[in-house]
Amino acid sequence: CHLQHPHVAPVHALSSQFETDIDDRYGDLDSRTDSDISEIPASSDRTPEILKKALSGLSSRWKNWWIRGILTLTMISLFFLIIYMGSFMLMLLVLGIQVKCFHEIITIGYRVYHSYDLPWFRTLSWYFLLCVNYFFYGETVADYFATFVQREEQLQFLIRYHRFISFALYLAGFCMFVLSLVKKHYRLQFYMFAWTHVTLLITVTQSHLVIQNLFEGMIWFLVPISSVICNDITAYLFGFFFGRTPLIKLSPKKTWEGFIGGFFSTVVFGFIAAYVLSKYQYFVCPVEYRSDVNSFVTECEPSELFQLQTYSLPPFLKAVLRQERVSLYPFQIHSIALSTFASLIGPFGGFFASGFKRAFKIKDFANTIPGHGGIMDRFDCQYLMATFVHVYITSFIRGPNPSKVLQQLLVLQPEQQLNIYKTLKTHLIEKGILQPALKV
Amino acid sequence: MFQTPLSAESESEAKVDGETASDSESRAESAPLPVSADDTPEVLNRALSNLSSRWKNWWVRGILTLAMIAFFFIIIYLGPMVLMIIVMCVQIKCFHEIITIGYNVYHSYDLPWFRTLSWYFLLCVNYFFYGETVTDYFFTLVQREEPLRILSKYHRFISFTLYLIGFCMFVLSLVKKHYRLQFYMFGWTHVTLLIVVTQSHLVIHNLFEGMIWFIVPISCVICNDIMAYMFGFFFGRTPLIKLSPKKTWEGFIGGFFATVVFGLLLSYVMSGYRCFVCPVEYNNDTNSFTVDCEPSDLFRLQEYNIPGVIQSVIGWKTVRMYPFQIHSIALSTFASLIGPFGGFFASGFKRAFKIKDFANTIPGHGGIMDRFDCQYLMATFVNVYIASFIRGPNPSKLIQQFLTLRPDQQLHIFNTLRSHLIDKGMLTSATEDE
Repeated sequence: CHLQHPHVAPVHALSSQFETDIDDRYGDLDSRTDSDISEIPASSDRTPEILKKALSGLSSRWKNWWIRGILTLTMISLFFLIIYMGSFMLMLLVLGIQVKCFHEIITIGYRVYHSYDLPWFRTLSWYFLLCVNYFFYGETVADYFATFVQREEQLQFLIRYHRFISFALYLAGFCMFVLSLVKKHYRLQFYMFAWTHVTLLITVTQSHLVIQNLFEGMIWFLVPISSVICNDITAYLFGFFFGRTPLIKLSPKKTWEGFIGGFFSTVVFGFIAAYVLSKYQYFVCPVEYRSDVNSFVTECEPSELFQLQTYSLPPFLKAVLRQERVSLYPFQIHSIALSTFASLIGPFGGFFASGFKRAFKIKDFANTIPGHGGIMDRFDCQYLMATFVHVYITSFIRGPNPSKVLQQLLVLQPEQQLNIYKTLKTHLIEKGILQPALKV
Repeated sequence: MFQTPLSAESESEAKVDGETASDSESRAESAPLPVSADDTPEVLNRALSNLSSRWKNWWVRGILTLAMIAFFFIIIYLGPMVLMIIVMCVQIKCFHEIITIGYNVYHSYDLPWFRTLSWYFLLCVNYFFYGETVTDYFFTLVQREEPLRILSKYHRFISFTLYLIGFCMFVLSLVKKHYRLQFYMFGWTHVTLLIVVTQSHLVIHNLFEGMIWFIVPISCVICNDIMAYMFGFFFGRTPLIKLSPKKTWEGFIGGFFATVVFGLLLSYVMSGYRCFVCPVEYNNDTNSFTVDCEPSDLFRLQEYNIPGVIQSVIGWKTVRMYPFQIHSIALSTFASLIGPFGGFFASGFKRAFKIKDFANTIPGHGGIMDRFDCQYLMATFVNVYIASFIRGPNPSKLIQQFLTLRPDQQLHIFNTLRSHLIDKGMLTSATEDE
């Protein structure tokens, strides 16, 4: 790229001083090494004035520490508040975060490629976001709101042909993209198209897995997320006080001491958090939508996972703790697996994001949260976690989603339903779940 | 047919306004990629050596087209198993072609680990998809063998772990000064996987529904290609889209009508044979695929009343058709109207990266991807079409899923189903006691 000087404002497209093909001007699109790339200027600082005034006396380093600390506490309180307000607010929060993350990554793409003025592209990116969300939310709504949906005629139609409608909407966007291809901008447009799709793949699919986990029970949402946050904080603290050996070249501030210390603290934290939360039906029960009260309820008979059981301790632990047996919730054993993943593999999501920031020479994804950067900066480790929890649940905790099975049953032809009914009845009677003397 | 690199003029723009050496080097290297050597077999070259270059081109294309069509028929004759293997090979070749373009664009052939990682991700995603397919269709076989049963029970977890290993290897392989390139190749690989692998699996799903659902859509796309070319050749005047200057409106519309007619005729011919119409099933006893069944309503001749307008033209009152032929009109329409957008997308891609063809595998035609670019949208459309309009969920699959649920969930579903059936009047105490 000609422009070695980073003073060029990224938003306004470069003037066409050259008659050459615009694609050719962006040598940095295909540069071999990162050194050819100019730095992207960061957007302005957004620390609120109040904080600045209150901390004006301190030195710069402590000021930074205090701002980060205050914002951390604010975010944690906000988290508790939303949990208190219930599942519906949590879903809205997840949706809000997803949209903001998408926006942040797309904005970076615009700035990297100076493509803010590409015809149609902003519209198309948001349109694709809408399509993919429509597709995923439609599948979720159909599953969990089956009874609600059966009542409304228009919703029935939308549900029945949901895949076809989503595909048609996506195709419309695809055709618009093809028709919007402009000579001299082809490569840029393809890059932005790919950028959008990869971003959608990362942010939207994972946010939907988060919501699926939420419906399984709020504890499946809270424990993993808190484990990742706890790992972040404790790894930072251990690194601050004991850190000596660098962990990985990508993130020079991370140390092995922080990594291992964070691992053990997170496992302990997860264990305790699981114990505390497993007592309450509010956290433990699957979220259901009740049509009569038109809201979400979490009331049920807690499953075996959340009922105290006594385990015999293995011999070496017996010697240490001097107890024969211990009462645990089985879920706590699962929480060890979750915390282990959060501490050992979760950080790779953070390294990926660090590599990404270095590759595109940005300091933070955005400047939304003073002292912390953008929303994406806070959530980069969470994404791998959400997928892991979802895969874990479907593999080890329960099989397929029961509401989905029911919904598919109701869509079949009446004769097929009757056949299945008879098969199921025989099976249930064999297993002793159903009493044979059942009258219709 | 020898391909010369496009736009040699870009190299003359190399040194402008005192740029540094590295800039001009990257400029010259973003010039078009040299294409690999001509693959036309010697025998063809000799046979056609007397003709002029243009006619030679025409003949080479023609002969290869016929060769590909003949090959297609042979594969169909050989049966579903061979078809699946061919689909898989096409998929791997397309993936390889697109990844090679990525390497050429970014000069990233020597990036540490990257070739290994790309193929590893391809393997992971294929493992995931084939595992899901095998579990669905080979259910009894899988339940018998113990190792297979465990693999299928924890399939998602195993696939996710394999993917994660690749992801962590990628993060660990990030090298200072090459970050951006590595991220680009990572993105490139994933988008390619999304396009190539998911669609090839949708093709296999369509195949299992019945070979006619595989053959008719693919033939419609091929027919549309050929017919649009012919109509354009003989009648073409108005250009269609700037992306592909050779396409014309006359070719587009002529191709549309020709394809619809072709689709109707082809479905009529194929609907008569069981081997095309029946779902492919795996027979445990013979350990092979069988296509034997009672054809569904879609494939039984029915009488339709011709609407008044056409009655006066043709002079018939009713016509006997297979219902599938009506569906084939929808399929052909999609193949002619929307399928070409896949072709335009590929044209735009080739222009963006200044390549003439994806590769040089098929003489006269380019790479495998050049032939299959329109097919991808078609495969997804057919799959969505089948899922939405033809069949609902698979009853035996539902029973399997039911059996894996917890007893209280099973009871809940059973009771809901019972009340639903009673509401609909399908169930009364009399039938209950049967």
